[in-house]
Amino acid sequence: MGKKHQTPLLDELKKGKWISFVREIERAAEKSERTEDLLGQVEESYRDKVNHWKHGGMAGVKSYGAGMVGRFSEFPDKYPGIKECHSMRIIPSAGFFYNSDFLRKLADISEKYAGGLLNFHGATGNIQVLGMSQAEAEDVFQAVAELGFDLGGSGSDLRTPSCCAGQARCEFANYDTMKICHDLTEEYLDELHRPAFNYKFKLKFSGCANDCVASAARSDLAFIGTWKDKIKINQDEVKNYVKKLNVQKYVLDKCPTKCMWFEGEKLVIDDENCVKCMHCINVLPKALRSGDEKGASILIGAKAPLVTGPRMGMMLVPFYDINEDAKNDYEWLKGLISNMWEFWDEYGVSRERIGELIGRVGLNTFLEGIGLEPIPEMVGHPRSNPFIKFTEDED
Amino acid sequence: MAEEIKKKRLTDIGPHDYNDYLSPMIKKNYGKWAFHEILDPGTMVHVAENGDKLYTVRMGSPRLVSGSFVRDICDIADKYCGGHLRFTTRNNVEFLIEDEKNVEPLKKDLEKMGYNVGGIGNIIANIVHTQGWIHCHTSASDASGVVKSVMDELYEYFVEDKLPSKTRIAFACCLNMCGSVSSSDIAIVGTHRKPPRIDAERLRNLCEIPSTIAACPTNSIRPDTVDGKPGVKVNEETCVFCGSCYTVCPAMPIANAENDGLSIWVGGKVSNARTKPTFSKLAIPFIPNDPPRWPGVVDAIKTILNAYKEGAEPGERVGEWIERIGWSRFFKITGFPFTKYHIDDFRLAETTMNYSSHTRL
Repeated sequence: MGKKHQTPLLDELKKGKWISFVREIERAAEKSERTEDLLGQVEESYRDKVNHWKHGGMAGVKSYGAGMVGRFSEFPDKYPGIKECHSMRIIPSAGFFYNSDFLRKLADISEKYAGGLLNFHGATGNIQVLGMSQAEAEDVFQAVAELGFDLGGSGSDLRTPSCCAGQARCEFANYDTMKICHDLTEEYLDELHRPAFNYKFKLKFSGCANDCVASAARSDLAFIGTWKDKIKINQDEVKNYVKKLNVQKYVLDKCPTKCMWFEGEKLVIDDENCVKCMHCINVLPKALRSGDEKGASILIGAKAPLVTGPRMGMMLVPFYDINEDAKNDYEWLKGLISNMWEFWDEYGVSRERIGELIGRVGLNTFLEGIGLEPIPEMVGHPRSNPFIKFTEDED
Repeated sequence: MAEEIKKKRLTDIGPHDYNDYLSPMIKKNYGKWAFHEILDPGTMVHVAENGDKLYTVRMGSPRLVSGSFVRDICDIADKYCGGHLRFTTRNNVEFLIEDEKNVEPLKKDLEKMGYNVGGIGNIIANIVHTQGWIHCHTSASDASGVVKSVMDELYEYFVEDKLPSKTRIAFACCLNMCGSVSSSDIAIVGTHRKPPRIDAERLRNLCEIPSTIAACPTNSIRPDTVDGKPGVKVNEETCVFCGSCYTVCPAMPIANAENDGLSIWVGGKVSNARTKPTFSKLAIPFIPNDPPRWPGVVDAIKTILNAYKEGAEPGERVGEWIERIGWSRFFKITGFPFTKYHIDDFRLAETTMNYSSHTRL
């Protein structure tokens, strides 16, 4: 272990202005010798143009069915340091806020028990510690737990929920994304740690329609902040913007519903026709603010391509009153989620995401199953074909 | 031997309370921010209703970092931010500064240490990416190497505000597409081009046949009898080389050094601002893997970016620009050939045709 390897191809990636991951792996290897072998194997991949990881083989900690991803080298004799090179997923602090004390201790753990490499963050939002063996997993787990951190999701379970910086550092946030993300993670720990679903299920919370955590592109259930009442206008600030920006061209003309115009110098908004897209507020943040009746739209079914193609989240609940429901410990939302998971468990098949299930059985069947009424907000437009299946309960 | 008190095993302790990590100014103004301003591509200020100002300095990271990197950013956070910092969804580090006087010295320190400050405004954002050859068994390409090569070449667009709008590039090393790759301004996706190879003996021991069959999006996997024992066969006529079967069955490897590479997709977006969220669409079906610097991919991205910079109006995202000028013009301007692969033939393909006489001649 710890043998230096020649890496002429990777060395090319130490040049240039952008921060070099090769340099980072080398720095990790200075503290955790095993990581020298990672450099050696990746150099071989660069030469051979294929990855050299085996598929198959589990890793985990006792009483958890998730939170670790097993990774084994294809060349364990040549690269014994990464014979086992598992990663551990750790639930992040909501909004990815940390302090130096925690991060330093985590860096120490990663060097003492693993390869000295970390991901901030994985694609779903976990902190990942890379490069440990199965024998070391329990030590890492307990060391991390002593810092007050727990393992995240993996496999067919609830994946680690994630959220934007929300009200901690953003005036656009229409609800407390960090609080609901934290509270629901706590509520569903068992679903997170012990896979019992058909496939993965993701929850993401964005404070506004800018959707900084890409909830509507990635999560089975996406919460996007919105408001019901009028956009608040500071007319003096509007005038200031008009002095330096073509507000007509870059704001009003770009409004998707053309719901705003000038009457003299006064900006007028037809709020009933506003779709809360955030464009005008993005461009004129000092002049415009979202209203006071805040909540979130809930979109369902987003996912990446496998198996039946990518899906964007579709509107399920136009306005969810989070603040009201939070007073009742999210009773309404938990009921909705519980109905969804039951329907998915009953009718979904293995490796079928909930969006794919809705696609297969139809939105009406799904709505009946979870107890929601059809409303026009759910569709881009009503059907345009005449193949209506009338049912007997409708006269 | 002294009696050791066995420590109780900690389990299911749940997420850490984020309140432990919020700076005093953030705690004080939680939910009370009034507006923010971008001061330069590395700095923004959030102003609270009571006039408090919180400065943020953003720094790029390669996502995969060493413990030493972590200590570097902790030193900076201790020196200037009372130890407080956060990460963004696109893997940047953000230093949260309560005293304006600390902003410039902090940036100077980062630059002295060789770190990249930028990524706010009309810029190329940090490229979200996957693990690639460094740590993934299904990858059709490396991730970090391509990202490094592209960011080195486009570095000026991370540190200077000179694009029509924010431009988000994402990278996925296979069709699993970890990350929001399928709705990015420019997406780079690892692509296989040959069917999986079946190792019948390993398959019998390792794989569950029904779930392997169910993993296929085109129903190309069928039950088969191999040497009198249960197995599967692949209809190579209909296989689309997605690698989904390999994800569930390790005995169907699909990586192929000579035939794996990358495809380029454009015009997706996640935000609802102005136009609805959309998926990225195919620009280039295949570019061979060319490590360590992937010049073909870098050139393609530069071609798209230059055309966008030239043609888009201020505030237009890549997809909005293409939507305005039309796809025929996009292919003409970039010089990318339009091929049979650009015409969709999967589920919902019919919905993607041009049902009108609208055409730019």
